[in-house]
Amino acid sequence: MSDVQPVGMPKWGLSMTRGQVGAWIVDVGDEVSVGDDVVEIETEKINGVVESAVSGVVRRRVVDTGAWVPVGGLLAVVADPSVPEEEIDRFVEEFQAGFVPEEEDTEDGEAGPETVEVGGRAIRYARWGESGDPVVLVHGFGGDLGNWLFTAPALAERHRVYALDLPGHGGSAKNVEPGDLASLAQTLLGFLAVNGIDRAHLVGHSMGGLVAMAAALRDPRRVASLALIGSAGFGTEMDGAYIDGFVGAGSRRELKPVLQRLFADQGLVTRQLVDDVLKYKRLDGVGASLRLLADELFPGGAQRHVLAGDVGALGLPVLVVWGDRDQVVPPSHAANAPAGARVSVLEGAGHSPHMERANDVNRLLEGFLSGA
Amino acid sequence: MTRKITYQQAINEALAQEMRRDPTVVVFGEDVAGGMGTDQEKDAWGGVLGVTKGLWPEFPDRVLDTPISESAYIGAAAGAASAGLRPVAELMFVDFMGVCFDQIFNQAAKFRYMFGGKAETPMVIRTMYGAGIRAASQHSQSLYPLFTHIPGLKVVLPSTPYDAKGLLIQAIRDNDPVIFFEHKVLYTMQGEVPEEAYVVPFGEAAVVREGDDVTIVALGRMVHMAAEAADTLAAEGVSCEVIDPRTTSPLDEETILESVERTGRLVVVDEAGPRCGMAADIASLVATRAFEFLRAPIRTVTPPHTPVPFSPVLEDVYVPDAACVTEAVRSVTVRQFT
Repeated sequence: MSDVQPVGMPKWGLSMTRGQVGAWIVDVGDEVSVGDDVVEIETEKINGVVESAVSGVVRRRVVDTGAWVPVGGLLAVVADPSVPEEEIDRFVEEFQAGFVPEEEDTEDGEAGPETVEVGGRAIRYARWGESGDPVVLVHGFGGDLGNWLFTAPALAERHRVYALDLPGHGGSAKNVEPGDLASLAQTLLGFLAVNGIDRAHLVGHSMGGLVAMAAALRDPRRVASLALIGSAGFGTEMDGAYIDGFVGAGSRRELKPVLQRLFADQGLVTRQLVDDVLKYKRLDGVGASLRLLADELFPGGAQRHVLAGDVGALGLPVLVVWGDRDQVVPPSHAANAPAGARVSVLEGAGHSPHMERANDVNRLLEGFLSGA
Repeated sequence: MTRKITYQQAINEALAQEMRRDPTVVVFGEDVAGGMGTDQEKDAWGGVLGVTKGLWPEFPDRVLDTPISESAYIGAAAGAASAGLRPVAELMFVDFMGVCFDQIFNQAAKFRYMFGGKAETPMVIRTMYGAGIRAASQHSQSLYPLFTHIPGLKVVLPSTPYDAKGLLIQAIRDNDPVIFFEHKVLYTMQGEVPEEAYVVPFGEAAVVREGDDVTIVALGRMVHMAAEAADTLAAEGVSCEVIDPRTTSPLDEETILESVERTGRLVVVDEAGPRCGMAADIASLVATRAFEFLRAPIRTVTPPHTPVPFSPVLEDVYVPDAACVTEAVRSVTVRQFT
């Protein structure tokens, strides 16, 4: 490892081209280790924290709070305390001279989402990573593959990562009939088949966790492990008002408080996030599809399917992650985890810890997958 | 799936998708089919700027070229709408509306009200507005305030390809007469637009930028001038909230008022003239409903009260640009009531 290391602007999601520097968590002179929080970054869509990928001493903070920096641009410099100041200056100078921001319209090196046909339905998905065991990420009710913006790039270092849009969601076909759990699980297994994936690690959030469990029960040979985040399928209780609110909200004003229930930190619900969800909800067919899914899976505001016990009998490696402030699916359900599961309840996180506490969840997933 | 297309393609796609979905949707106007009126013209021109290109080959009996008589075919649209069709009439330039005001103001706008709700008039008039293409005084006006003034009409002016498609689909599905304003200069603008059909509801402003120091309400093409100004001002430490009402009737008063209650300052940017325009209207709204929140005088940015000049030099001075907006914002952020 070179003595001088850059801390760069991360790329969270396909559409991110720049980020705004928020509060600095480290000062010049502070010692950082791998995984320590360095600086908060805000984007048009989401806010997050940049972690140090290296250990050393923070020698420069190159940008101030409030500055917009393109993806890959220099935020800070970490180096061993023995490196002389002049060398740090030279590093910054050379980095800045050689840095070419990514053009907004070119997506070279990173493929955009693609579409495959699964069971006669167009399914959109995205891929990250070149090698390693396949990992498939399954979003929750009303979500899409974009929900994994922090997760996918991290897991891609050691895995081939796929994230799909379930029927009725994101860029996939908007018809969901019959809209029951079996058909969703079948779509997930069909997605594995058309991509030539014999066996995958499934990571599911909320309803996506339920779908992953159902797929594992239908065809256990195809599933290497299950990582379930704030998952449905552990008990019957849930916040039925959340589902009704999400399906019913027709305006920004109605939707914002609903989306805030997804997070412990409500500041994460940016105007852009609300607008993006509204844009999705306003596509023809989405309203009816969401209603059908809700009626099938969560009739009367309660969960129809409780699968955690059956999954325990499969003997698969299982990771269960919950935020202790989850308002949608009660964190107490973590106690119903399948026998032998690894269970982690994250303090201060809501229903979407993979977005809210991305770095912690990534670490849990990486550790779990390396042993699974 | 979302991909980038132009404002013009977004309008064309909205028309095509609604015609496929609903057989009662018909399109007519001058030259909207081919201008030639011949059966062999497969590559029909599709309107004066090609916005309806490709519709006539797909729907030969639902895309109709009309005689050059706006009073006749706008009246026909109002009648067809009240009789069960969903006509989308193209009235080339809004400047030509004068010859069919009675059909719009006294007939289409009044049917539902005067017949006690027994008649509906689900018609759309698509029309071009705005300066910037050297088309002189009779082809460059921004006349949406005239239509906004009339109860019974809905008035829409999209500023982006996404809004153009969603607002036009909403306009076609809406059961009231809608005047749909397309800015000529925006036709080539590209933006992310879903392939699927979707609606953008009327009366819901878009918040284009969020900010704390000043609220800029901008309409149509002026939204882009305001956004550019906001970027410039951000570098000076002035944080602008930019609001695009998207429809002037209905007008999303709540979003504007809530924003001004937070920022205490208002700049309105309008390409329509200063007298009885949207800038004056929105300034009045805020002065009467949120006066106690104002920390500085309201500023409006509009062209002068003159015809749109033909001289390119004068036309460029006539249309407000980002520098005008920046200047107006600076003038309200340096002064404030004590």
